[in-house]
Amino acid sequence: MTIENLHPGLNLGAAHGEAHTRSEPVIFGFWVFLMSDLILFGILFATYVAMSNGTAGGPGPQELFNLTSIAIQTGLLLLSSLTFGFASLTLKHDEGRRRHLLIWLIITAALAVAFLGFEASDFHSMMQKGGVPSRSGWLSAYYALVGLHGIHIIIGLLWMAVMLAQISVFGLSYQVKVRLLMLGLYWHFLDLVWVGIFSIVFLAGVA
Amino acid sequence: MNDPIFGRLEWSSFSVHEFIVDPSINSAVVAGAGMMVVIGGIALLWVLSHYRLWGKLWSDWLTSVDHKKIGIMYIVLALVMMTRGVIEGVVMRAHQATALGGGFLSADHFAQLFSTHGTIMILFVAMPLLIGLINYVVPLQIGARDMIFPVMNQVSLGLTTAAAALIMISLVIGRFETGGWSAYPPYTGSVFSPDVGPDYWIWAIVISGIGTTLTGINFAVTIYKSRAPGMHFMRMPLFTWTALCTAIMIVYAMPPLTVSSLMLALDRYLDFHFFTNDLGGNMMNYANIFWMFGHPEVHIVVLPAYGVFSEISATYSAKRLYGYRSLVIATMAIAIISFTVWLHHVFTMGQSASVNIAFGIATMVIAVPTGVKVYDWMATLYRGRVRITAPMIYLIGFFILFMAGGLTGMILANPTVDFQVHNSLFLVAHFHNVLIPGTLFGMLAGIHYWFPKAFGFRLAEHLARRAAWLWIIGFCFAFLPLYWLGLLGMPRRSASFTDPTFLPWMILALVGAFTILGALVTMVQMGWVSIRDRDQLAVPVGDPWDGRTLEWSVAAPPSEWNFAATPDVHSIDAFAVEKASGRPYQPALQYEDIEMANPTAMGLVVCVAATLMGFGLVWQIWWLAILGILAIATSVIVRSFRTDTKRIISASELKQAHGNWLDRVANTPAVTRDEEISFRNRGRSAVDVVR
Amino acid sequence: MKTAEGQRELNRYIAGGLLSIVLTVVAFAVVLWFDLTRATTLSIVGLSAVAQIIIQVRYFLHIDLSRQKREDLQLILFSLLLLTVMAGGTIWIMGSLAGRM
Repeated sequence: MTIENLHPGLNLGAAHGEAHTRSEPVIFGFWVFLMSDLILFGILFATYVAMSNGTAGGPGPQELFNLTSIAIQTGLLLLSSLTFGFASLTLKHDEGRRRHLLIWLIITAALAVAFLGFEASDFHSMMQKGGVPSRSGWLSAYYALVGLHGIHIIIGLLWMAVMLAQISVFGLSYQVKVRLLMLGLYWHFLDLVWVGIFSIVFLAGVA
Repeated sequence: MNDPIFGRLEWSSFSVHEFIVDPSINSAVVAGAGMMVVIGGIALLWVLSHYRLWGKLWSDWLTSVDHKKIGIMYIVLALVMMTRGVIEGVVMRAHQATALGGGFLSADHFAQLFSTHGTIMILFVAMPLLIGLINYVVPLQIGARDMIFPVMNQVSLGLTTAAAALIMISLVIGRFETGGWSAYPPYTGSVFSPDVGPDYWIWAIVISGIGTTLTGINFAVTIYKSRAPGMHFMRMPLFTWTALCTAIMIVYAMPPLTVSSLMLALDRYLDFHFFTNDLGGNMMNYANIFWMFGHPEVHIVVLPAYGVFSEISATYSAKRLYGYRSLVIATMAIAIISFTVWLHHVFTMGQSASVNIAFGIATMVIAVPTGVKVYDWMATLYRGRVRITAPMIYLIGFFILFMAGGLTGMILANPTVDFQVHNSLFLVAHFHNVLIPGTLFGMLAGIHYWFPKAFGFRLAEHLARRAAWLWIIGFCFAFLPLYWLGLLGMPRRSASFTDPTFLPWMILALVGAFTILGALVTMVQMGWVSIRDRDQLAVPVGDPWDGRTLEWSVAAPPSEWNFAATPDVHSIDAFAVEKASGRPYQPALQYEDIEMANPTAMGLVVCVAATLMGFGLVWQIWWLAILGILAIATSVIVRSFRTDTKRIISASELKQAHGNWLDRVANTPAVTRDEEISFRNRGRSAVDVVR
Repeated sequence: MKTAEGQRELNRYIAGGLLSIVLTVVAFAVVLWFDLTRATTLSIVGLSAVAQIIIQVRYFLHIDLSRQKREDLQLILFSLLLLTVMAGGTIWIMGSLAGRM
């Protein structure tokens, strides 16, 4: 293995010494976990497609989806992926500027909270119109898929909160850096899943 | 509305209740089973207290993150659950032998039995056996000190144990589901099974599924990243190859099971409509997703057995494994193809013939790499210095019986034939025919093979062989008649039947079941005698069979760190090559400080919390479920703040320990294969066959 | 960014972000503002989704075709292969069932 790039995702580079070389198996392990998560989502996507006719006389995508809100959510999540990228770069190249790192993380978290806010509001108005999961198979598949993504976002937020605490307590130790790298992979992965969701669920539903 | 403190739990939920209000043979069996769990638990607690074992249990086992300890604990769990699984099989056989127009159990009880039997045998016997073996052996085979994520390894064990605990608790409080181990809705949905049975199944499956997925990740990354220098992929032992492919299969196969089970849970708990009869549900998707897991799963349980057969066919023939490359490719082929055949479990579900034929052909293709493996093993034995030890008896039983099972699989792979025998006893005979001579014999052979390494003494060979023969004979009587019964038209999972021509075969099968019980008892006796005679059977130098791979080059039992100095590998069968060159057992040129993970109670905490969470979810005791989840999340987060998670072992300590052991080796006479099972075998092997 | 390498990497993130925005807008636009056939619309949405995923994998997740990254790319491709079999198989099977029941 050369010094350059050891594992998928952002590599810290030789300047980070131990954190760069020792992180390899851990990051690789996290990638393998993400692959299992990919299969999880993939099966839910396939189920969603297979159940897209299962509206059982209840409300369907045309009645329930608010594409403006979805567009906003997409923008927020994409932006949050970008801001996490800025956090990662600060970690890699500007390690001394810890405040910058914290600020980018907090912005990312805020964007994610906004995303969840819009999503919760969407769920609420859908349910007001009778779009509850118990109404039909299609709605069950919708809430499971989009809901699972939302749960992943919530876990990511919790992880971010813990990282903010750990940066404050431990500074940028080896463990903290590795965990931030994994969180980055996780966060970008969630945006990829969202690309699938807005395409297959929302846009295809309304097209 | 549910009680806020106790949820759905009531006095009538206890399994003794039915016997108290309505005594019958059936309710006596139910109550008896529950009482056995309670008495067994109390007896265990008493033994631990009386012999003052709590301290040792805590410090040496429950808080250990050592892959060797974890591996042993997985196998202990498996053997305990296997006892229950075998007894359930015997009870079912006994019931069916009396079932012409009745039987001594109620139909509902019989249904719970076949459901727990299947669930236990696949997920709580086969999986823990192979996970335990891989856990123990693979780091030693690749020259590593431990798995790459030792604490996660422990957590996986905790999750699997929690799930097994739920299954055991279901014998005492509540009931189990009655839809078989695959638990198809809508029958297991809230309309047709509103009781706690399916919920026990769901949470046991989900909890153990998460644990197993984490294990798959652990194994795969360890084999990828922790191999000793010089151990390229094509120099790994075959057991490690099968472990790698199994691990990758686990990572990709467990998510479908998690998805299908959680979807069923959503249907049951939150009134979703994934699999309901009405409102747009599609129950066929459940079978589709379940078998997307289910088929790779059966190859997951058989590949490590193939790995064991590779190891023992070489070692007990004193020969190199024949066709290494073809075995590796065949393993990978089986792993990948197994993901493309799942529909053959539901040929009759209603899809078109084109769909059926595509999956049928893919199913038949798997026979090719499997056949390649069998020929390679036979070629390994050919002209070798073969010793028919207990593992070899299992191998020979496998050769003959697994072939039959595989051939009936080819018969079933033809959708046209399958339409006639689907869900008949023909199918039941087929899958037991591949699981028992395949998975079980492989796992038992592996246990016999590596037991001396793990515990420092051999198993009593005569009793081991007797048990192996009893398994073979018992299997034949218990399951071969089922092929005939299936062709006669008897469906599976039948609590009773009316055709008297079935009866003689049922009785024959019962004889087989008792023979299997005899095999189990013989194994217990073997364990007892081996422990009693352990000083005579001791093999401290650690190489009783003239092994070829790295694990045989260390002491028995190995030191905590496995290798004082990480070995440098130059070929396949590295240890055999070292012995043949005349220079085994050398001190290292250099010893270095090493880092080992500290013991932790993390796995135990997760185990207890997950059990409580599962129990709370089953009985709808919401505060308990939430408490369990919060406990797990909190313990993970709290642990992440700890910095004292590793310790250093100094080079000088390693050098001294290694030196002591090498002295011991030097003072131990080597024995040839003639004396392999004599008391003179102290674990050092002499070179006596030109390879 | 302090270093030249850092600036390069920052530019890549920004480029990836901009490309993602463009592809997202294309997908939304073709559904909301154009009146094409369903098949055409879905194809464009699908293609821009695939393109955006590749962009993000390349620019955010740093997976490329270089020798170092090839093993990781193989992992992703293998996963996609299995996913295609599972998802594709599901849709084929369920579709066949739907057509016959």
